[in-house]
Amino acid sequence: MADALFWIGGGLIVAGAMLSVLGAAGVLRFPDVYTRIHAASLTDTGGATLMLLGMGLLGPFGLITLKLLLVWAFIMLTSPAAANALANAAFGSGHRPRIGNFQIMGEDKATDAAPESAGKERA
Amino acid sequence: MTAPVLEASFALNVALLLMLVVLAAAVVWTRSLLAAILLMSVYSLVSATWLMVMDAPDVAFTEAVVGAGISTIVALGAILLTRGEAVRVSWKRQVVPGLLAGLVGGLLIYAMSGLPDFGDPASPANSHVGRAYLETAKRDIGAPNVVTAVLGSYRGFDTLGETVVILAACIGVALMLGFGPRATLAPPAGAPGDHHVVLRVTAKMLVPLIILFALYVQFHGDLGAGGGFQAGVIAAVAIILHALVFGLRETTAAIPPQAARAVAALGVVVYAGVGIVCIVNGGGFLDYDHLLTPQIEAMIPAGLLGDPDKPHHWGQYFGILAIELGVLMTVSATMITIFYGFAGRTIDAIAAELRR
Amino acid sequence: MSWIATHFNYVVVVILMMAGLFIVFSSGNLIKRMIGLALFQSSTALFYISFGKVSGGTAAITLDAQGAEGQALAAQLDPAYVAQFGVEGVVYSNPLPHVLILTAIVVGVATLAVGLAIAVRVRESYGTVESDEIDAVSRVAAEQAEPAP
Repeated sequence: MADALFWIGGGLIVAGAMLSVLGAAGVLRFPDVYTRIHAASLTDTGGATLMLLGMGLLGPFGLITLKLLLVWAFIMLTSPAAANALANAAFGSGHRPRIGNFQIMGEDKATDAAPESAGKERA
Repeated sequence: MTAPVLEASFALNVALLLMLVVLAAAVVWTRSLLAAILLMSVYSLVSATWLMVMDAPDVAFTEAVVGAGISTIVALGAILLTRGEAVRVSWKRQVVPGLLAGLVGGLLIYAMSGLPDFGDPASPANSHVGRAYLETAKRDIGAPNVVTAVLGSYRGFDTLGETVVILAACIGVALMLGFGPRATLAPPAGAPGDHHVVLRVTAKMLVPLIILFALYVQFHGDLGAGGGFQAGVIAAVAIILHALVFGLRETTAAIPPQAARAVAALGVVVYAGVGIVCIVNGGGFLDYDHLLTPQIEAMIPAGLLGDPDKPHHWGQYFGILAIELGVLMTVSATMITIFYGFAGRTIDAIAAELRR
Repeated sequence: MSWIATHFNYVVVVILMMAGLFIVFSSGNLIKRMIGLALFQSSTALFYISFGKVSGGTAAITLDAQGAEGQALAAQLDPAYVAQFGVEGVVYSNPLPHVLILTAIVVGVATLAVGLAIAVRVRESYGTVESDEIDAVSRVAAEQAEPAP
């Protein structure tokens, strides 16, 4: 039982870490501010949730579990609010979402790329 | 007797230190001051994680709150008032500094070969004073957290000095930047707008929670990681969050700059006052064993804190509690005053711009 | 155990110190210099904390060696090692550097604020925070102050 909990908890922590790495990749590769915020904030909350869940399974049940729960509630409160504020500030300072077809992997080309070349990566 | 095999945490140590090196290199390269400040913030967060690996939870706590919180806000306020980008320095003017830094670094690496191995339990640093504190702290002071015991009691005089330095910095910033907004004009309307509903609601929920957490850190300090320095900065962060979201005027209405200044000075008075009381009761300065007279000590119920059979060092207990309170007052009020200084200056500058 | 493994932390400390020193020396921007100084200071903190680490140690919060946590820690270590370097059956890291660095960090941010406040005042007086431009402004001001021949 304890062994199973160890593996499940460890697996959840690794999964959370992988999700955070994915989020970092998204921040680097996504084309504009809003998609980047989207990548960062979603994986932030998701990854933290998975990791805290894993830690809760690894640690003894009791006060530590309660503390982890509080940390989770705090992250769930602050992270979306921060993402919202960030998007708000970006919009306020004149950034507009890039709408239309464009290539994600290419360089920072014009927003209106040919539809067939970017069909899959439609935003 | 050799040290045990390098633990798994050593790999973590190496990884985190390499991240620190990368971040420092990025700070050197970037010309944008905004980027440099944010990189320093990340640097602080990574080094806080590293400090946890190094068994220093108290320091990690402080570094996370101070480095990633307060100093970022202060530095952002400073570039708002100056400018956001450094002038490009030609490579010719980087040669001599580079050589000089390289020379100093080379000498230090040469000198470093004589240092004891990392993690050596028998190194001079780890085998004399530090070990003595670990052996005696529980007997002398009774606080489980040895860091708090050393900070508050063994080296209490040193900590008083640090607190006075913080107060001096508070006075310095307040004298240079003013005590808060003096401008008569209201800040330009419309800039914050009404788009921040989410932020306002969240902040309204968080500010009391953060202050509650600061109190927990304050009073939990002799049992676990925490203490007056960390709690003071956390409490100040709550006030600063309030000011950032609701505007400086709202915050100064709740906590006037005069009150913040007074509390900063009062904290040092509380700290030094504890020392004076100890002298009056027949001990040395900050000798908490003489803080309470026997009559007062007799009035404390035996089972007040846990096991009634266990001997308690009530003088040490209340002494550390009182000086931590003084530290809390000075640190939080200083951080708030510094923030008021920078933020008030910004409002003054905007108002002067509008008047022109 | 090679030399680089036992002294890796110190090498990193020296590299960070060099980075901070280089910024302070090469950059003319006062705020960038303060950031360099903060980096320098942080390298000192890293050095102290590295010094205080004891292999197999735990945070300096007194544990009961017979309790669950104390037993789990002791199980990972050689009993002879614990007997020699432990305090009442538990090996702790050195708390003294932690105390010094904890206060130094808070004092560091306070002094950083003073430095930045000076930079703000310099900017208000000279209109710039680049030391070259400050020199130029004060040179012009000195020439204007001289009586015409």
